[in-house]
Formats: sequence, structure tokens, C-alpha cells
Amino acid sequence: MTSQPLLTVDDLWISYDRIAAVRGVSFAVQEGDIVTLIGANGAGKSTILRALSGLLPVSQGTVLFAGQDLLSLPAHRRTQAGIAHVPEGRGIFGNLTVLENLRLAAYARRDAQIEADLEEVFRLFPRLAERRRQWGNTLSGGEQQMLAVGRALMSRARLLLLDEPSMGLAPMLVREIFRVIRRLNKAGATILLVEQNARLALEIAHQAYILETGRIVLAGPSRTLQDHPQVREAYLGV
Amino acid sequence: MLQVLGQNVLNALQLGSVYALIALGYAMVYGILTMINFAHGDIFMVGAYLSLAAAVFLLGLPFKAPLPFVFVGALLFSMFLTALLGVTVERLAYRPLRQAPRVSAVITALGVGLFLENFTLAMLGPQPRHFPGLIPMQPWNIFGLTLTPLQVLIILLAALLMVLLDLLIRRTLLGMAMRAISYNRPIVPLMGVPVDRVISLTFAVGSAIAAAGGLLYGLAYPVLDPYMGIRIGWWAFIAAVVGGIGNIRGAMLGGYILGFVEIFTPVLLPASTYRDFVAFSLLLLLLVFKPTGLLGRPMFERV
Repeated sequence: MTSQPLLTVDDLWISYDRIAAVRGVSFAVQEGDIVTLIGANGAGKSTILRALSGLLPVSQGTVLFAGQDLLSLPAHRRTQAGIAHVPEGRGIFGNLTVLENLRLAAYARRDAQIEADLEEVFRLFPRLAERRRQWGNTLSGGEQQMLAVGRALMSRARLLLLDEPSMGLAPMLVREIFRVIRRLNKAGATILLVEQNARLALEIAHQAYILETGRIVLAGPSRTLQDHPQVREAYLGV
Repeated sequence: MLQVLGQNVLNALQLGSVYALIALGYAMVYGILTMINFAHGDIFMVGAYLSLAAAVFLLGLPFKAPLPFVFVGALLFSMFLTALLGVTVERLAYRPLRQAPRVSAVITALGVGLFLENFTLAMLGPQPRHFPGLIPMQPWNIFGLTLTPLQVLIILLAALLMVLLDLLIRRTLLGMAMRAISYNRPIVPLMGVPVDRVISLTFAVGSAIAAAGGLLYGLAYPVLDPYMGIRIGWWAFIAAVVGGIGNIRGAMLGGYILGFVEIFTPVLLPASTYRDFVAFSLLLLLLVFKPTGLLGRPMFERV
């Protein structure tokens, strides 16, 4: 095990209109791991990601990212610090072309590697290369998901927050997206994955946390959780 | 007959250029914040006065400054300070209301407009100010049309500014950020874009362009008064709506259309007093039959 986790979340509380949606959640993400948060609708998974990237305010708790206090940064600074959030619904800008969506994601970068990274994204997703001049809102759901992941790569993120990447996609595309996620991880990206598709998520992840109504009820290596009777019954349907 | 028509087309292009420059400010702010900045006409007025101040100062220098230098100096001075004014207004008056209902921001904008009018009135008094001529007036004769250097300057400079703005919005990273904000603002910070700064820059650019319009207007119609921004602001606002509010190219088109309405109404109808009636009727008809304007709002989404 490495010494210092890349991300440490400690006693995180998040409320909507004074109703606590996330109640004292703590977890850690080691550099190089895929960590998944699993839970039913409304368990607070997406809420946690949104709070980490700065889209939602946090009521209480601390978050350390690469040794710095994440919660003191505004959202755009967190992206610059190395966190890329692929939000639920993907958040593609329909009035920007595929290429523009990718370039915008490198907004804060001033280095010379941007063009090389663009080529890398197009190599990873040849479909996007074919459609680079098309408007974002002409893409299919799968292509939008690829573009959303591509944007995360353009920001040179150290940590990818992926919110339901499988949602609304045909099974074949889901497989493809998960293949890419695994490939990115092999190439060095650390990934925090939120999924309703627990089977796939547990297959791909190193560590998993099970959330119920805003609390972590189970945690451990995914292999162990895959065989846990409670998980098998509630999330894997066996 | 053909000559009268041609002459009026030139006049309409000249006036339409100014309307288009001001309409752009309404369109940009609406595009990025879905808010109608009713103070924009008064920002144009302040821009006109700032150009006047710079021109008078430069003309009064002990050495005789060449007129092109005075013109460029007045243009840059007023564009810069008016941009600053636009940014300040946004920072102090609109940003605190970012999460408030939209009607609050609109009422605030009306208040800012009243403030600018009355501040100018208090500082300078109600008497109109005369704008000095900076551009030679001797006309050229081309195909029986009289064309003044000033007309050419207004039409070309306005066109140049519009082309530059169009390039800014379509080709630069800043333009992409502006379009992204108009499409889905909450997501934009996830791209590492500082949204507040982009909004500030939008106000800066829109106000600077209005200041250029103020200088050109002052040269063409050389009487300034603190309330000049009201009527011209309304006309430019109609222009922006006619083109499709929030749509940059629509605002340009709408500006020229309103220029033609203003110039051709007295030609076709008995008196020039009909021009506001015609302009607002046009607006009403358009809102009934094509509520999203000529180029439409869907285009604005792709500015």
C-alpha cells in the first residue's frame, strides 16, 4: 500500500435545504486505484462527487487532495488542481463542436502538450475524431460519454470522478466505456466511480464502498464485497 | 429617384452600424446571463461623453495634435474606461443578484440606468454638448451619391469591430467559454474555467463596443445629452430582439434593419414622428409571428 492516499474524505456532511443527504461519510482513494461508490438512487453517491468537484457546498467535513485542503478552493481551481468530474448526464456543451468541447476542457492549461493530448483522445476514441467538427448536441449518448471522458483527459486530471458512465447506454457501449476506464487506469489515472450497475463496478474496481441513505454501510476490496451475502442480495440480485 | 434611394441606403447603413454596435451588448449579456441589461443604453451614453472628454482634451493640447491621433486616442480612452464601467456595474449591481429571480436583476439594471443618467446630469448639467468634428467632412461624389469620409469610417469601423467580435466568440478559448456558459453555466467550472471572470470580460467587451458606438454616434450626430441613451438604447434593444435576443449575428442584422426603419420611415410616410411607431410595430409583429427573432434563439445557443 502506498503511504498517503491521493484523496481523503473525512466525516463529510452535505445537505439540500437543511436535509442531510450525506451524513458523515469517510473514505480514501489510493493513487492508481479504481474506487467505486455503490448504492441505490438517492443514497448520496452523486451528491458526494458534486461536492468534491465544488458544484455543491459542504456543511461539514474535510477533504484532502494530494495534501491540500480541497474544500477551500472554488470549483474551477479544483479542476486546475487535478480533479476532473464527468457529471451525471455528461454535461456536453451542445453549442460547441466536439473539438471545442475538448479544447475548453484544457482552458487552464498553458503547456505545449495540449495538441498531443488531443491526438491521444482521438486515438482512444476514433469516433470522436470522425466527428470533431460536429456540434455536441448531435452526438449519440455513447459518443457524448466518450467526449465527457475525453474532456476529463484534456484537463490532465490526476483523479477522475465518473458519475454513472453506463447510464442510458446500450450494453455493448457500456462494455466499451468500461474497457476505456480500465485502460485509463492502467495508464496511471486514479478513478472514483459512481455506479448503479454494481456488478460492473465491482468487477472493475479495486476498492468499494456501499452507501445507504447517506452513510457508508460496507467497505472493502471489491473482490471481498462481490461475495458478501448482503451485497449479493441487494445489489447483484443473486 | 435611384440616387435618393442610394443616398438613404448609405444613411441607413451609417445609423444601422451604430445600432448594431449597441445591440451587440444586449445580445452578449443576454446570451451569457439570460438577463436584459437595461442600463446598456446609458453605458453607451457614458461612452459618448468619455469620447467627447478625451477629444476635447486632446484638441486642447498646446501642440496641434493630428486629427487621426485625436480620433484613435478618444476611441481607445473611451473604450477602456467604458469597459471598466461595465465591469464595475456587473460586479457591484448584478453579481450579488446572480442567484436571485431574474426580475430583480432587470429592475436593478433599470436602476443602474437611472443612476447613470442622473449622475451625468448632475455632473454636467442638462444643456446638450457639442461634439467637435474630427473627421474631414468634404464629401466625395461617386455615381451621383455623396459619401463623406465620416460615413465610410463609421460603416467600416463598425464592420471591423463586428468581425473581430465574431472571431472572438467563434475562434478563441474565451469565446468558447462564453458560449459554454450560455449553454449550461453550472457545468463550466468543471472545465477549469473561472466563470465570474468570463462574465466580467463579457461586460467589458460589450461595453467597449458600445463606447465605440458612442464615439461614432457623437461624430455623426454631434449633440450629446444625458438622456440620449434612452431612445438609442431602446432602438438597439429592439434591434437585438428583432435579430433574436442573445444571437450575436442576429443583433448585427437587427441593428441594420432598425437603421433602415429609421431612415426610410420619413421617406415612405409623411413624417419622421412615425418612426418609433413603425419600429415598435415591427417589434410587436415579429414577436407575434416569430417570437425568437429573425435568426432565432436556437442559433444563439450556438452563438
